[in-house]
Amino acid sequence: MSAQAAITAKPSGAQRAMRFVLPVIVFAAGLLAWELVVRVKDIPPYVLPAPSVIVLTLIKDWAVLSQSLAATLLTTLEGFVAASIGGIALALLFNQSKWVEYSLFPYAIVLQVTPVIAIAPLLLIYLEQQTAVVVCAFIVAFFPVLSNTTLGLNSVDRNLSGLFQLYGASPQQTLRFLKLPAALPYILGGLRIAGGLSLIGAVVAEIAAGTAGAGSGLAYRIAESGYRLNIPRMFAALLLLSLAGIVIYGVLALVSHLVLRRWHESALGKDN
Amino acid sequence: MAAVKTSSGAEAGLTALAASLRGVTKAYDNGVMALGPLDLAVRKGEFISLLGPSGCGKSTALRLIAELSAPSSGTVRVARHEGEVLPGHGIGFVFQEPTLMPWTSVRENVRLPLRLAGVAKAEARARADEALASVGLADFADAFPRELSGGMKMRVSLARALVTDPDILLMDEPFAALDEITRFRLNNDLLALWRALGKTVIFVTHSVFESVYLSQRVVVMTARPGRIQADIRIETVEPRGEEFRTSAAYSDYCRKVSAALAPSYSGQSTL
Repeated sequence: MSAQAAITAKPSGAQRAMRFVLPVIVFAAGLLAWELVVRVKDIPPYVLPAPSVIVLTLIKDWAVLSQSLAATLLTTLEGFVAASIGGIALALLFNQSKWVEYSLFPYAIVLQVTPVIAIAPLLLIYLEQQTAVVVCAFIVAFFPVLSNTTLGLNSVDRNLSGLFQLYGASPQQTLRFLKLPAALPYILGGLRIAGGLSLIGAVVAEIAAGTAGAGSGLAYRIAESGYRLNIPRMFAALLLLSLAGIVIYGVLALVSHLVLRRWHESALGKDN
Repeated sequence: MAAVKTSSGAEAGLTALAASLRGVTKAYDNGVMALGPLDLAVRKGEFISLLGPSGCGKSTALRLIAELSAPSSGTVRVARHEGEVLPGHGIGFVFQEPTLMPWTSVRENVRLPLRLAGVAKAEARARADEALASVGLADFADAFPRELSGGMKMRVSLARALVTDPDILLMDEPFAALDEITRFRLNNDLLALWRALGKTVIFVTHSVFESVYLSQRVVVMTARPGRIQADIRIETVEPRGEEFRTSAAYSDYCRKVSAALAPSYSGQSTL
């Protein structure tokens, strides 16, 4: 804390600007070098497309790519919502009853440690394709929500629990006024991880599904373009996926900041 | 004060009792005796301090009176209002730490006991503001706990304990973590509140000086398992103020209480 305060205290304005400017300079320099190497060595686009070609492809193929982006984002969102609701609900259930927790927690772990790429083909056999893809996104994203929420619900201040007990609070009141607010920072942390993971889950399942037949998501576009040696489009789709991941993380970080900004240490920053 | 009844007429004697402990013991789960046997009677409106070395079970005694835990043997009796229906509202508890909910405003923190009891929002807010005013924090109702100093947080905690208008105020080393200047101020404010409201106060502390300054009776406890070593009455001109803190009578009492406390420490040389 004090070290951070010392760093940000003096040259705060200039330093903050540099934190944005420096990565941008590095990025621009990288792109420039990439562009130069491709042009000077005359590398054909099916081996390595220049950044300019990728951007042009992105514009030219926007109709196809934007549709795929929408499909992937929808899958991600569905998986994320399912994981959030499922993870929080299960954690609440675990918190209410130790027996349920003991009975089910090992299976939650099994689900987490089994690579989703290995489960996806099986799911595609038993489920409709779109459902299978969403289930994959759910499986990958749900564990961090579950474990973080569980941790949060168990981290309630002991004295505050005593206070609620003293005033005869019902279990529902304790949950609503004490446990959930106390767990909120942990839950939001879990959701932030889950957002990125549900995108990964969706992509993995789309690739698995893509090899099995129809598909329209971005990951399917990448696989398809690979077969057709349409390397610029592969890069364009990859670029969109990265941007989607960054936006998802940014939105969830912002929500977390807005919710916690008045009280939680993590959101307070330097202004004491 | 409204008409009160003690749980047992025989115990009442000449003056009504606010709380009584009879042959109370408490053993931890691992079998170690934490407390007792302890016999203690606290009269209504009395300010009493429990003084003893760390781990002597004085906080445990307080938790037993608050019914936050059950005694291993013996009986704990707490007088109740005739009309008291809301659980826990006869008792206000101030913990060692402020124990505030960081995610909500000072007013909401103070309103919590009423909210849990289902008191209507408008009335609860009014009573919370009143309690905050009584500890001198009327202007900070909308602040968040993190925006307050340590002493102010403790005042909020005190306001929350007072908001249900309890008969007994239990305080578990509430000012131990504060600096001396803040502690002296809070001591004076607490005495003023006690005189104004006429509550029974049971105050746990490990400070000889604090216990003598504040209380009418200092109950000195032995090292674990905590039993009563001495019960010393502090008699002086009321209301007490800074002149008492610097008087010869004050230092005499402090010496007397320290002497009563000494055996508890001599036996603890292994610590």
